Amino acid sequence: MHQTFDAAIELNLLHANQEGADHNRERFDLWGITCLNIMSSPGAGKTVLLEQTLAGLKDKFKMVVIEGDMTTELDADRLRKYNVPVIPINTGRSCHLDSKMVAGGIHTLQHQYNPNDFDLMFVENVGNLVCPAEFEVGEHAKVALLSVTEGEDKPLKYPVMFQEADCLLITKTDLAPYLDVDLDRIADNVRQMNKDVTIIYLSGKTGEGLQEWFNWVSDRISFTQINQLAIQV
Amino acid sequence: MHETDMTKALIMTVKDWYSSQSEGLKIDKIHLVVGKFTCVEPVSLQFAFEVQTRNTFLEGVELAIRDIPLIAFCHSCQQEYQPEIGLQYSCPDCKSPMDDIRSGRELKIDRIEYSAIANSVT
Repeated sequence: MHQTFDAAIELNLLHANQEGADHNRERFDLWGITCLNIMSSPGAGKTVLLEQTLAGLKDKFKMVVIEGDMTTELDADRLRKYNVPVIPINTGRSCHLDSKMVAGGIHTLQHQYNPNDFDLMFVENVGNLVCPAEFEVGEHAKVALLSVTEGEDKPLKYPVMFQEADCLLITKTDLAPYLDVDLDRIADNVRQMNKDVTIIYLSGKTGEGLQEWFNWVSDRISFTQINQLAIQV
Repeated sequence: MHETDMTKALIMTVKDWYSSQSEGLKIDKIHLVVGKFTCVEPVSLQFAFEVQTRNTFLEGVELAIRDIPLIAFCHSCQQEYQPEIGLQYSCPDCKSPMDDIRSGRELKIDRIEYSAIANSVT
């Protein structure tokens, strides 16, 4: 006797990751840390951005970095020179960080440092415009970088990443005069799917936009802290 | 290739469900709903599922994936439209940015078909 049945499940495939991300965010809120998830394709300038940010904001905020890298510690070594804790996570074959990996980083933070001492955590994701967009890690805001050499069409081709971003940094603007690239087109393409995104034009070479980026980070921290106080009360 | 991770999540969820059931049941088919505005490619998902379920209780189980189109709602025009992924996301009539996604972000296990191997008294 063989009978068939049907069971409704209706569970999101990313359910477990989402729960982990919410849990990570609760920890950050408890400690008063603002967490920013930094994402881009490989070579768009994430590590340079962090180098300049760690140097530029060192007197203002206590910072910590979780560094996702597929196999090496090259990026982590570069950032350690700025005297901030850098917690490396080798993702192995995985092309993105997920909330469980970041939870591992949080665990290290808790055991080697006092998490209450920090204001700001950068999670440098693996270079990839596809997967990191789907896996939340517990961040308070998502920052996407797109370098001018990548072309105006990338936001159209990788829409999920650009639709999710709270801040978009258009990087390497010093190269723009040498390229057939229309910076306004990049911005317009992003705004097609994300009307609220803050767009900053940035050059690590000339320093263009760096102060504007620092201001965005500071505002984001103030904004998060207000919400965190409300939670703690 | 994050379909590998998605598949792992899928298998874990199904396993949880399976172990919560009483005995004597065989899973025949798993129905997934995958929106077009996600980073998941159904073909890769099928492949990863087939590979990862080999020699497990899910070996040979069919994975049925239903694609859900990307549909947005334009508040200025008060109407739904279908953005052209890769080309155009803003409203085709008034060019307002895509703001309100009505479908296309789904990524879920919809239902499981199974047969009960009756161990019973009739």
